[in-house]
Amino acid sequence: MKKTLSTFLGDARTEISSPVCYQVLRRKIVALMAIVSLLPLLSLAGINYYEHQSAMTAEIQAPLRALVGKAKHSFELFLAERTSAVSFIASAYSFDELSDGANLKRIFQVMRREFTGFVDLGLIDSTGRQISYAGPYNELIGRNYSEQEWFHQVQFKGTYVSDVFMGFRKFPHVVIAVRHTSESGKSWVLRATLDTMHFDRIIAAMGLGADGDAFLVSRNGILQTDSRRYGQVLDTLDFPLPPTNFEANVQTIQDSQGDTIFIASALITDTEFALVDVKVKPTVFNTWYTVRADLLFIFVTGVALIFLAVYRVTSLLIVRLQESDAQRLGAIHQMEHSQKLSSIGRLAAGVAHEINNPLAIINEKAGLMRDILNLQPECSFSDKFAKQIEAIQRSVDRCRGITHRMLGFAKRMDVKIEILDLNAILLETLGFLEREAQYRNVTLETELAQDLPRIPTDHGQIQQVFLNILNNALAAVPDGGHIVLRSWSENDQIVGISIADDGCGMSEETCKHMFEPFYTTKKEKGTGLGMSITYGIVKRLGGELQVQSKLNEGTTVTILLPKKLVEG
Amino acid sequence: MPGLHVLLIDDEEAFVTTLQERLELRDIKAQVALDGTTGLARLTEQQPDVVVLDLRMPGLSGLEVLKYIRQTWPNLPVIMLSGHGSDQDCQTCLDLGADVYHRKPLDIDVLLASITQVVHTRTVQS
Repeated sequence: MKKTLSTFLGDARTEISSPVCYQVLRRKIVALMAIVSLLPLLSLAGINYYEHQSAMTAEIQAPLRALVGKAKHSFELFLAERTSAVSFIASAYSFDELSDGANLKRIFQVMRREFTGFVDLGLIDSTGRQISYAGPYNELIGRNYSEQEWFHQVQFKGTYVSDVFMGFRKFPHVVIAVRHTSESGKSWVLRATLDTMHFDRIIAAMGLGADGDAFLVSRNGILQTDSRRYGQVLDTLDFPLPPTNFEANVQTIQDSQGDTIFIASALITDTEFALVDVKVKPTVFNTWYTVRADLLFIFVTGVALIFLAVYRVTSLLIVRLQESDAQRLGAIHQMEHSQKLSSIGRLAAGVAHEINNPLAIINEKAGLMRDILNLQPECSFSDKFAKQIEAIQRSVDRCRGITHRMLGFAKRMDVKIEILDLNAILLETLGFLEREAQYRNVTLETELAQDLPRIPTDHGQIQQVFLNILNNALAAVPDGGHIVLRSWSENDQIVGISIADDGCGMSEETCKHMFEPFYTTKKEKGTGLGMSITYGIVKRLGGELQVQSKLNEGTTVTILLPKKLVEG
Repeated sequence: MPGLHVLLIDDEEAFVTTLQERLELRDIKAQVALDGTTGLARLTEQQPDVVVLDLRMPGLSGLEVLKYIRQTWPNLPVIMLSGHGSDQDCQTCLDLGADVYHRKPLDIDVLLASITQVVHTRTVQS
């Protein structure tokens, strides 16, 4: 079973402590909270905006449509009445009666009395010549209309209402012409002229207000009445009229002046005219725009407040998190420290033991020398020798004091990165355990690469790593077991050290948890911190820790360390 | 005091032979065994008045030799020596029946005093 240690524990310990990590976390939380709170607000504002706008549009368009429909009927009624009157006269009187100028004038007088708007009345024979005329322009008698368009139209259609034109009269007017055919087959045309002033009156009656505009326009875009926005009668409308039919309908377009307008239009029956009512959108939407500005202000303020609140809350959270991480790291550091002290205690005990034995030899040898000297006091050098021996024994006493003090020695070591020979540290660490291994007949084998490069590392920490792993190995092997230490150069960047034992090994479950703090299989003998701390140290030194273990067969711990110092 | 027979069991040859010589200069018969097994063999051949025994040795440890001595010769005085100065070791030795426990290095006069005392105590007891 192989376990590469990129578990959350070590990663969390190294990554969470970096300030960049907190910044990224803060950005993520702010973004997430902002999205969650702003998205519904944005959607609501958007939907509200468009709903409100379409409601407003509908509210504007409905009365506009009704107004144009009503005015259209007024125009149709006006023209139908006048067309009927002309048609009636044409039918009621014979050609001869109408040819009589006095007679025609009398009929015209009655007509003008009954129907407003008529300017004149004339009788035109089938050749197009005006036979008789009643009205202010008597010079028109005898004028020939055979070449004019309206004459052809009336010959063809029977009844004809012209577009507005200036003609001989030099003011805008409309012609209503009716063709009549007698029983004898003779046909003539009765032609009346209408002053378009009456069109303006109908439009004025629409009650458009100061900013409204309504006008009649021919299908080919010639204004039939004056327009407030687009010019005088007979000017050409400078934008194309949207598709129009006999039902009043409203459309939103952009006119030649660049304004967005509501345009309501309807064709007037039996004519070539369309009635058009125009309302400029910004004018009618003024109230809405004010409300919209208020809404926008509230929205922007709301968004700013949400952002501020989210940012403040997140900052508070991050600060708390940082504090709690710092406390946690402090606690771990404290535990590492305790572990380190315990290792130092063990180390000091080993050193004391190692030194005390040679000290005992020195002490005995010096003692023997003094004994011999005491046997031969007459020797010429006896005083000098006695002094030297006393000095040796004082030094032995001094060393004994040091070794005793070492047993109680515990001092926190600061991290100090130096270029070190791992093989030497490995052998040095092994030295502390050699004696114990010897007593238990455990074989310690070394297969160390002689050309292993020296690497930058912390002596105390890496020694603690080796000591922890070696201690575990020694605890795992039975008496007479084997522990093999290897070192090698993995590649250009990495050196490897492995500590393999043929001890009891670990189950998968133990392997899974072995780097978690307080996880121990040694019951009350262990703190459960050794491997957790070892892992933390290796990670901090930029290395990797790998463990291969099989129950009852043994464990191999591999430490991979960088040849060059890892930044951060 | 002169005429006593002491068996020294210690794996540190330089130490133990020097100590032997110094004791002999004081008319104490001192025998040396460099490991536990040899020490027990010497004991079987000729029983000394006192055994001076090192705690940590390869092969049979001092504790194992002490246990054997207590089982076989309950009244034989044993003085334990150790370079390892832990209080726990001292207590273990005394619990297993050692008469005295000393930390190395030690003054020969202290050792001689201990030898005299344990021999006297054992004699009185018997």
